[in-house]
Amino acid sequence: MKPKFGVVVFPGSNCDHDAYYALKKDLGFDVSFLWHKDKDLQSSDVIILPGGFSYGDYLRSGAVARFSPIMNSVIEFANKGGIVIGICNGFQVLVEAGLLPGVLLKNNSLQFICKDIYLKVTNKNTIFTKGIPDKIIKIPIAHGEGNYFAETATISELNDNNLIAFKYVDAEGNETVEANPNGSIQNIAGIVNKQGNVLGMMPHPERACSSMLGKTDGVFIFKSLVSELLS
Amino acid sequence: MFKVQVIIKRRPSILDPQGKAVEKGAFNMGLTNIKDTRIGKFVEFAVEAVNKEEAVKEIEEYCHKLLSNPIMEDYEYTMEEVL
Repeated sequence: MKPKFGVVVFPGSNCDHDAYYALKKDLGFDVSFLWHKDKDLQSSDVIILPGGFSYGDYLRSGAVARFSPIMNSVIEFANKGGIVIGICNGFQVLVEAGLLPGVLLKNNSLQFICKDIYLKVTNKNTIFTKGIPDKIIKIPIAHGEGNYFAETATISELNDNNLIAFKYVDAEGNETVEANPNGSIQNIAGIVNKQGNVLGMMPHPERACSSMLGKTDGVFIFKSLVSELLS
Repeated sequence: MFKVQVIIKRRPSILDPQGKAVEKGAFNMGLTNIKDTRIGKFVEFAVEAVNKEEAVKEIEEYCHKLLSNPIMEDYEYTMEEVL
């Protein structure tokens, strides 16, 4: 069995092709694009909600995309245990859809930030992180609204259930204010749901899958997932 | 038909860096008495409905599910029947 990825294309998605290319050309997996007006997930094993500015990010990032026809199928798929990864704008769509808790506010600097950052794997026991070696990984971010926020009770629940997948750290792995690019509460960069089948993250692993681009740490996440699916 | 005007505000517990940045502009203009600037959204639309009750049902769903995100925003609206 070869797992199949489906990359959703919303009007305004702009990392859909990055994700497709990384998964297909860099990693050699089966990938299809899924159009936002369709309902058919084309028997995908993993759904990727890519980065970009779906529906122009009007109203709030991800707010309109959440009601597109394909999202009804994605929500149903996720609720049945199907694997979904939301990257950047995809993460914003996941919180708007209620598949992950919290919200992503404007960066505290008010700036759009595009740079490489360092991540610490906070929970090594997810299907997305099991295969990541014991080290700090380098992955780029590119967002204006990535400042993760949730009420205190939600944050406690994330901590108590070990649902924080990634945190922003410095190159040495220290969780500092300086290493936090956007003001996210507790340096949160990515979280999983309680069932462990939905991951949302602001950094872009699909932009770190080719040595030609100078970084390959994103590969760990996709390979981890695929080896878990095959085992 | 009803005409509706909605105001969406960030909840008091949510920081508003945009409001803070704009307030800096006020300070730079010499308006040093301005305080607590917070930026929200204003939306207006019309609803076709047989009566007020039906209209309110639709307005509430629109406001609650799409126009605002209850984790970070509160909304309030006014409605007026038009012929």
